[in-house]
Amino acid sequence: MSALSIKNLWKEYGDQIVLENVSIEIESRAFVALVGPSGCGKSTFLRMLLGQEIQTKGEILLDGEPLPKEPGPDRGVVFQRYSVFPHLTVLGNVMFGKELQASRFAARLFGSARRVVEEEARAMIAAVGLMGSENKYPAQLSGGMQQRLALAQALIMRPKVLLLDEPFGALDPGIRAEIHVLMKKLWHEAPMTVVMVTHDMREAFTLGTRVVAFERPRDRPEEKLRYGATITRDIAIWPPRQAGVPSIFRPDRDGPVSSKGQ
Amino acid sequence: MRWINLHPGNGSRLALALLPFILLVVAYMIGSAERLADNPNDKLLPGFAALGEAISRMAFVADVRTGDYLLWSDTIASLQRLSAGLGIATAIALLLGLVIGILPFARALLSPFVAAIAMVPPLALLPILFIVMGLGEASKIALIVIGVAPIMIRDLALKALELPREMIVKAETLSASSWQIALRVVLPQILPRLITTLRLQLGPAWLFLIAAEAISSDSGLGYRIFLVRRYLSMDVIFPYVLWITLLAVATDILLDRLRIAVFPWSELEKGK
Repeated sequence: MSALSIKNLWKEYGDQIVLENVSIEIESRAFVALVGPSGCGKSTFLRMLLGQEIQTKGEILLDGEPLPKEPGPDRGVVFQRYSVFPHLTVLGNVMFGKELQASRFAARLFGSARRVVEEEARAMIAAVGLMGSENKYPAQLSGGMQQRLALAQALIMRPKVLLLDEPFGALDPGIRAEIHVLMKKLWHEAPMTVVMVTHDMREAFTLGTRVVAFERPRDRPEEKLRYGATITRDIAIWPPRQAGVPSIFRPDRDGPVSSKGQ
Repeated sequence: MRWINLHPGNGSRLALALLPFILLVVAYMIGSAERLADNPNDKLLPGFAALGEAISRMAFVADVRTGDYLLWSDTIASLQRLSAGLGIATAIALLLGLVIGILPFARALLSPFVAAIAMVPPLALLPILFIVMGLGEASKIALIVIGVAPIMIRDLALKALELPREMIVKAETLSASSWQIALRVVLPQILPRLITTLRLQLGPAWLFLIAAEAISSDSGLGYRIFLVRRYLSMDVIFPYVLWITLLAVATDILLDRLRIAVFPWSELEKGK
């Protein structure tokens, strides 16, 4: 289970009110796409879910428990940039979380423990379609491959919630379409709730089970400082998509994808 | 074609690189020949024969008083001081730079202090070091450490702070503790910079070494230069300066090769 419950959330920076009175219930295994104009606070909202920033007022509950005040392994993340570690190879990046978890002091694994993790990591690398690149460094990968790597690195930790901050915004349309197929497959297979910030409406409606729009209801220049953005639209996609369940309407597009690697 | 788009080929690149060196040597030869024509006993710009003679005397003939080969014993004495000073400075810089870069509390405590210490002119401290630590090796090594460590600390702390916040947050979501982030995220990413900052500090380190040796020492490259200055022995001073430069340049190149060999990814990231 991984339901998020956000109640009367406010975020202020000094006098500037960024978000006001945001309340939303996100059911377990939903795929929520957050859209809205630039500077409307949707990324700030995501960073609060992540624990990178703390809300001024209100509460965020994950399965009924308040979120810890810093990021942790229950919430995975993929940013638009800097999501992978440049000094580790593809294999090293994917194994990294497992190594940190198992070896609290040396932060490295050796021998049989390493082989177990390595096997799991290789399976994960194959699942995101990066076989053959295990020993490359991120600088040797294309943008799309780096984001696949970032997904693999986050998902090997089996997070309850996966947070995506415009993860595919810098990719060209062909690559983006390919990674959408992968993203959909991963969402169907892994028991997680996904919250994604995007600028791309098409992406929001292709992937989401629900599209949530942030907007400033009062946006006159003199009001900008004292009125923040809030949720103005909350659109459930129809026909509904359900994680792990083939769609009866468009199984080829919305159902779980069986083919490996793509 | 615009000048900014014209690139030299391999051959012309080598020729261009050598040109300033050749010009310098030619200018020296002309100056030396002119002065020697005026006065065959001129000591300021000795000819190549005199330089060669001085080099073989310093490098290949044992000193009558001590039985040492002076160039080599001076080199060993200087390099020992230099490596001790740079080694200590590097260790301090790595530790403090990392801590200042990662921990906000350590940053609040140490950053202003290091910034202030970095502004103290190290040579002004040399008399204090001689008085407190005596005239032996310790004060010379301490001068090098005081001279280069604060700048290396600041450089590494800045590099650690420059790491994208996203990367640190990502490590947190992979369950990393502060210790693990220091050990496996920040440390490996500032190590290439450590080598680079060490390369940049080679010049200042030699400066402080020679200054300390000039004032109080009985061996070392700086000591020898300032000793023979009394006899206007330019035939010894020129080869010594050249030798110091060669040592520094070779260290610089070797350190960069070391960085590329040990951290291949740092070279890949460069173009970004």
